[in-house]
Amino acid sequence: MKMKSLLSALGISSVLLAASVSFAQHELADGSAKPPTRRNEIAKAPEKYRARPNPMDSDPSAPAAGKFLYQQHCAECHAHGADGTRRGPSLLRDRVQTAPPGALFWLVTNGVVRHGMPVWSKLPEPERWQIISYLKSLGSSTGSSGAGHPQASMVTPN
Amino acid sequence: MLRRFWLIFLFFSLILFFAPSRSAAQENPYIVAYDHYMEEPGSLDVEYFSTFGTQRGGNDFHSFWTEFEYGATAWWTTEFYLSGQTTFNDSTIFTGWRWENRFRVLKHEHIINPVIYIEYENTQADKILKEIEGHDVEDDFADSNADARQEHDHEMEFKLLLSSSVKGWNFVENTLAVKNLSNEPWEFGYALGASRPLALKGSATPCDFCRQNIIVGAELYGGLGDRYSFGLNNTSHYLAPVAIWNRPDGWALRLSPGFGLNDQSHKFLLRWGISREFAGFGSAVARFFGAH
Repeated sequence: MKMKSLLSALGISSVLLAASVSFAQHELADGSAKPPTRRNEIAKAPEKYRARPNPMDSDPSAPAAGKFLYQQHCAECHAHGADGTRRGPSLLRDRVQTAPPGALFWLVTNGVVRHGMPVWSKLPEPERWQIISYLKSLGSSTGSSGAGHPQASMVTPN
Repeated sequence: MLRRFWLIFLFFSLILFFAPSRSAAQENPYIVAYDHYMEEPGSLDVEYFSTFGTQRGGNDFHSFWTEFEYGATAWWTTEFYLSGQTTFNDSTIFTGWRWENRFRVLKHEHIINPVIYIEYENTQADKILKEIEGHDVEDDFADSNADARQEHDHEMEFKLLLSSSVKGWNFVENTLAVKNLSNEPWEFGYALGASRPLALKGSATPCDFCRQNIIVGAELYGGLGDRYSFGLNNTSHYLAPVAIWNRPDGWALRLSPGFGLNDQSHKFLLRWGISREFAGFGSAVARFFGAH
């Protein structure tokens, strides 16, 4: 009986793992597999967020703190240099670098759940603003299309 | 055969624990309650938990479980558990497995964020006390392992997880309904929690044991009777301070002493847990099997 339970547990876990990995990969690979129906997620930020200034602007240590937070929480998908990977777009593009800080804050807070970016409201507000400070300190690299992301901007496929 | 299973299990555990992890999530400190945050897509969180419990009218126990939590998408987290327990002066046994799924309902953040939780549980003589339901009371745990294993539980568990994050605080309200698939009535329970990091701003210098990496709080949980006798009569309830230390390298340590709030509850539960997140696990597995 014990052996039967163990084997069924192992079997079920293998099937579940394979199914969920397969499902996740399908969703993550979506961006490069489908024709790009480009959607600008930043443009969806409500006006009241867009108008919010970055309260960390007066803190000279904010970009440095934001860099540590970025490397911990964001680099896996957006790359350590923020130039994008297959899983997440470049954050050096003009669209990101010229966006109002409040719009970026809204995007980080809400994520793009249906397209793979989790919500990051689990980070306290000051930490999210520190990440925005770091991103803004990187400056734009016009023309950069990111390391491997075909639509390397804050754009997700439909 | 059993020995081979544990050797394979140990082998994979060692690979996972020594594999490099490139990022760390901010885990919550709760052990019983759930917030609305999903595992990051493609990440695998491997967790080990222990509970030491006192037992009046029987032997104290140490229960333990391992969780494999995987972010299938940004709105779906799936989790597999293996559990066991040692009843002192009795024996150590494997108590079964669970498969849990959490689904985020809404696209954006709101003041209250709902998540649907569905779990199937196949256990016997289980003492992990991962949730308290129905008329679960201390006396139920006094039987010897040999006696307790006569009862085999096949249960479906449904939870509505509500969670809010406000000014650095997180508040959770969980309600649960459990149906034993044998002919037993629906049972109910609850879990409430609140937590906050010790500091809300990140540090500009590398730091490991610093305030923003430590989250403290408390959780309150207990049973609410069953379909025929809903309420607090003959139910157990616990209050437990909780704390977690989220290390930047992906490790997290949890600690939670729990205190029974009435005579039907275990007097004291000491829980602790260690976990490690493996970012990009899904991509690594896909590459291993030849995906591009």
